[in-house]
Amino acid sequence: MAVIQVERKPLSLLERTYIPQIVGGLRTTLRHFFKPNVTLQYPEQRPEISKNYRGVPTLVMDPNGREKCVSCQLCEFVCPPKAIRITPGEIAADSPNAHVEKAPQAFDIDMLRCIYCGLCQEVCPEEAIWLQNQFSMSGYTRAEMVNNKAKLYELGGTLPDPHLKWDHKKAAAEHGNGH
Amino acid sequence: MTQPAKPDLVTVNIDGKEIAVPKGTNVIEAARLVNVDVPHYCYHPKLAVVGNCRMCLIEMGMPAVDPATKTPVMDPATGKQKINWIPRPQIGCGTTVSPGLHVKTTSPMVKDAREGVMEFLLINHPLDCPICDQAGECKLQEQATGYGRGYSRFIEQKNVKPKRTQLGPRVTLDDERCVLCSRCIRFSRDVAGADVLGFVDRGSYSTLTCHPDKKLDHNYSLNTVDICPVGALTSTDFRFKMRVWFLKQTNTICTESSVGVNSVAWSREGTLYRITPRRNDEVNDTWMADSGRVLYKQVQSAERLASTASLDTLVAQAAEVFKAAAGSIAVVGSGRSSVEEQFLTKKLAAALQASVSLVSRTAQGDKLLISADRNPNVRGALVTGLITTLPSAQLTALAADIDAGKVKAVVSLGEDLAAAGLSAAQLAKVAIVYLGTHANATSAAAKVLIPTVTVFEKAGTFVNQQFRIQKFIQAIPPQAGAHNDLAVLAKLTTAAGAPAPAAEVGTLWPSIAAEVPVLANVLFKTLPESGVLLDAADWKSLPFVEGETLHYKPTAAAAAVASPQ
Repeated sequence: MAVIQVERKPLSLLERTYIPQIVGGLRTTLRHFFKPNVTLQYPEQRPEISKNYRGVPTLVMDPNGREKCVSCQLCEFVCPPKAIRITPGEIAADSPNAHVEKAPQAFDIDMLRCIYCGLCQEVCPEEAIWLQNQFSMSGYTRAEMVNNKAKLYELGGTLPDPHLKWDHKKAAAEHGNGH
Repeated sequence: MTQPAKPDLVTVNIDGKEIAVPKGTNVIEAARLVNVDVPHYCYHPKLAVVGNCRMCLIEMGMPAVDPATKTPVMDPATGKQKINWIPRPQIGCGTTVSPGLHVKTTSPMVKDAREGVMEFLLINHPLDCPICDQAGECKLQEQATGYGRGYSRFIEQKNVKPKRTQLGPRVTLDDERCVLCSRCIRFSRDVAGADVLGFVDRGSYSTLTCHPDKKLDHNYSLNTVDICPVGALTSTDFRFKMRVWFLKQTNTICTESSVGVNSVAWSREGTLYRITPRRNDEVNDTWMADSGRVLYKQVQSAERLASTASLDTLVAQAAEVFKAAAGSIAVVGSGRSSVEEQFLTKKLAAALQASVSLVSRTAQGDKLLISADRNPNVRGALVTGLITTLPSAQLTALAADIDAGKVKAVVSLGEDLAAAGLSAAQLAKVAIVYLGTHANATSAAAKVLIPTVTVFEKAGTFVNQQFRIQKFIQAIPPQAGAHNDLAVLAKLTTAAGAPAPAAEVGTLWPSIAAEVPVLANVLFKTLPESGVLLDAADWKSLPFVEGETLHYKPTAAAAAVASPQ
């Protein structure tokens, strides 16, 4: 293997004083001194997150406060790291949402397992699970890193979606369509 | 000698494949033999053919014959006999094969017909698969994948029909999902003999309902849930419990009676969710009683026995009992034990020089799939030689022996001695070694209590009323603190001074096959799912208690007992 000796160019007198380099550096510093601030005071200040960012998966309510999830367990099935665990349940007959029949009794997402792939959101037939802009999860114990149903709805909030398919169904039943 | 009569065979051509099928077969069954699937809803192999769903439309034709000369008309292009295709599709379920019948199941006309039928079936369908228990095993979902449009052209409002209707104590009906196939109606009327279901109203308003003042409450009602091709009829017990795609299916045998209904245990992560029947044309067709389907609940019952002591400690305690009462021990075997356990029970009894008795458990049979003998495996005890005569319900001989002081210790394999006629005083007089799954008077009085497992937590075989040996596979791991019966019996046998037998089903079978003449050609791993009929000649004269049930006629001796005139 050939070794090529590279001749190092000797520094000129001006370069040996370091003055032009110091001035050049100070110029950059001064330029940023008068430019708008780019640093965020995290965690007090938070960056704006893109709408299609895939953050922590959450559960959402519809505009009437009905939980959208009907515990069909498709997300549990599709979840590659098996982070989701659902216990399905029946909605009580005296509930205003009794016509939806089914809702999760328990809904746990283990954030130590979650890989933020978004397959749960993609597969959901009810548009109930969304990966939103929450990007940091921390906790002191493993149990703390499991988001239960209450936590998931707290993180998720309400989805302003005017679709309301179940309300239309209920209205049709009350109207007695076609019969 | 004459040859055994062969069923008349008819050669038909399905999608270009020639196949000989028995006379009387319909096109759906014939196509199944050449692995061609003809989609259908109303047709069921064990029910009458009605042909009302129109899903199984096929194109059919017959070889052309000149009407005047009756000679075959040849097609000059192919050199074969010309086929006259019927210009309109025909239903496959209602078409019986005839010689030379040609069938197309993949032609454009058939595809169009199926897509048309699917579109009509889906017009008023609520599309609530996310909350429907049938999702995952729904024929409508399956066929919609193949023949569905993917979107609806129906812009009018969908029909609204009753939802969440309780047809009976165990069946929930959602009329909007019903495709009016009438399988449930035919099953109830023809098989269960309770004509309680019917359609009311007409056209797309047709609605499945119970006849006024009647309920779908017969003991076979859950079969309507099994045969419902869509999610209209669902099980109230299984409602919203778990999605079927998570459940592992394990073949098992129902322990409700000596019929030995073939069934499937559906479990997820060691929890059982439901039991459904498995087709066996020689035993239960495709049916099962409702009362047998709830037996999985015994696994997680509050009465379940468990112990924190290791099996070796428990066996050592039992060995002390054996030593103290040497020579005056009685073994009470069980008609609920598997063949393997009864084989080891016999070994244990021989090692202890103990007498063996069994407890019979009888009740009225229902002439369908529940027999009078509620022990699933009394015949296994006869086959293995554990007993030579039929057991009685009361242990009178054992009671007398205890009173006389001839028996000082009793080993019971899950049999409640108190229920079998022993008094509390008699139980207190003897040292009891109890192997069982659930708490009862005997387990409470036992000196050594060894918790064992239920049928779902172990593998083994049962011999049913036809002397058909059928195997069941372990569906779920044993509950904590319970031990496999075979392991317990093997250790007890060793503790009693006999050479150690194999403690697992697979390794035990060679010795069973070697020692039991009737089972000489049987091995657990090669036993087919449909079971093997054993030679019952040795027990022909025994007066078995079973009356007639589906696919079973009692022998002459048994019939004489059943009707003493």
